[in-house]
Amino acid sequence: MSIRFTFGGDEHIFAEVSEEMSLEAFFTGLSMTNAVREAGIRGVTEICPANASFQIRFDPDTIRPEDLLAELRSLEAAASKSDATLQTRIMEVPVFYRDPWTHETLMRFRERHQDPTATDLEYAARVNNLGSVEAFIEAHSGQPWFVSMVGFVAGLPFLFQMVERSRQIEVPKYLRPRTDTPKLTVGHGGCFSCIYSVRGAGGYQMFGITPMPIYDPEQKVSYLRDEMCLFRPGDIVKWKPIGRDAYDAALEEVGANRFEPNIRECTFSLAEFNRDMMGTNARLMEVLNGR
Amino acid sequence: MAVKVIAPGLSTTVQDLGRPGYYHLGIPLSGGMDRFALRTANMLVGNPEGAAVLEAVFTGPELEFTAPATVAVTGADLPAKVNGDERPCWEAFPVRAGDRLSFGFLRSGARAYIAVSGGIDVPEKLGSRSTYTLGALGGHEGRALKAGDELPVGAAPGAGGGSVPAALRLSPGTPAELRTLPGLYWHRITEAAGERFFSDIWKVAPEADRIGYRFRGGSPLEFVPRKQPFGAGSDPSNIVDACYPYGSIQVPGGTEPIVLHRDAVSGGGYMMVGTVISADMDLIGQLQPHSPARFVRVTMEQALAARHDRAAALARVRSHLRR
Repeated sequence: MSIRFTFGGDEHIFAEVSEEMSLEAFFTGLSMTNAVREAGIRGVTEICPANASFQIRFDPDTIRPEDLLAELRSLEAAASKSDATLQTRIMEVPVFYRDPWTHETLMRFRERHQDPTATDLEYAARVNNLGSVEAFIEAHSGQPWFVSMVGFVAGLPFLFQMVERSRQIEVPKYLRPRTDTPKLTVGHGGCFSCIYSVRGAGGYQMFGITPMPIYDPEQKVSYLRDEMCLFRPGDIVKWKPIGRDAYDAALEEVGANRFEPNIRECTFSLAEFNRDMMGTNARLMEVLNGR
Repeated sequence: MAVKVIAPGLSTTVQDLGRPGYYHLGIPLSGGMDRFALRTANMLVGNPEGAAVLEAVFTGPELEFTAPATVAVTGADLPAKVNGDERPCWEAFPVRAGDRLSFGFLRSGARAYIAVSGGIDVPEKLGSRSTYTLGALGGHEGRALKAGDELPVGAAPGAGGGSVPAALRLSPGTPAELRTLPGLYWHRITEAAGERFFSDIWKVAPEADRIGYRFRGGSPLEFVPRKQPFGAGSDPSNIVDACYPYGSIQVPGGTEPIVLHRDAVSGGGYMMVGTVISADMDLIGQLQPHSPARFVRVTMEQALAARHDRAAALARVRSHLRR
């Protein structure tokens, strides 16, 4: 995999590992960004890993753009040889699918959608040949997802499902982006799911909502006191479908600042995953469930 | 010492030079859109150049001071008034306790910077006082000002004073020329489309804010045909969601370019054709909707020379005010 480097004006180098999404591309980008951080290159100001690419921001008054480019190229060979193993976290995120709030919102923006007569979930189930919304929710929540990028807005995770490509859910984005999306909406566009960390514009299909805060600029939520943003690239997420009662109960816990998400430390090896996806996922579920 | 907000203006926020270091989490730099004007306003009142000021867009706020201070307004030509009497822009002037600062109608530009000696002393969040409205972070309660807000002001560090003559100020021309380094996903559009992108006259669309400036009126882009890569999405302008450089020009659907600014979304799934160079980012912050603009193709060498010129322009203001 040869990385395509290109300058983003005089302050950024943008690096595309691969045009298409894969965990291999993500891991190459992650090991490159780790290598850049460890190299401690003077003048580098921001290091941003993304799904199948990454971006370095720099101060051209400190390092000449072509010198930084040469440094990045020199790191490429070593980074591609690193074994893709992570010490990371697996966490459970409760999702109230078919909730009234995203439903109200999607009905307001029907004229921007591919199928104005269906809901986003009905449309997604149909274009993925899953037969019913129930079967779609089962496919969406049955196997874990990998956080392959954090961004767009503060703390928003992009998630890539840990299944064979033939089983991956793909759904186009809205024809024209909405001007509104409820906070904590679970959305999906292309092959990525996401959780909208703040209310605002968005183009992903809306499937449900989580009661679990993932971004807290006030740093009052018990598990967000040290870091405003919950997610980091490399985290693994398992959706847990919940109904209205469990959603309301969770919101009450959140309101009283007693909500404690289920988060466990785990290891992830890309080689192991590629050898046995279902076995790897089953082992991760055992870690999550404390067995 | 405090500043009371009598009327907030259209969207007035606390800004400094921004919050670097969190873009990988989707938290953008923020800070003044016209950093030259922000730094100059601070110099005029004797503040460190990166002190927090108020950024007002199109219409000014009405403010009341609880103690004497030195004030300066730079950037857009938005006439300042103390108790109804006009004060020149780009010049330091004193206010007394109980004085009211208000503004007339905008004459040119888009964003005015209101510096108060001592600086707006809201708490720092992640190392900056800048307001990131979308993330409800920083500034005054993470939002634009409202009537009734009271903003603390720090102790004045030193004597301000003086004025900046027109020859030392920077402002966009007509049409504004936004120097651009092609790159990123430039190869996705045809050569003819690339030529038209740089020769067309564009107009700032009404959707122009701190996140990004949208432009209209130029030719739609033609894409080089390809099978869309897995995960990118079905539109030819879609890419696998990636990072967006500040100043990068994305073109959703190939129709209306959007230049990302200080409150940029940090990434997304639209191809970008290039990046407005760092030296010209301030100019964008002074463009009004419907004003004409061109993207001017430059090389990296030209971009770095322009950056150097920009630093020299700021140095001239510094040495002028030191006399």
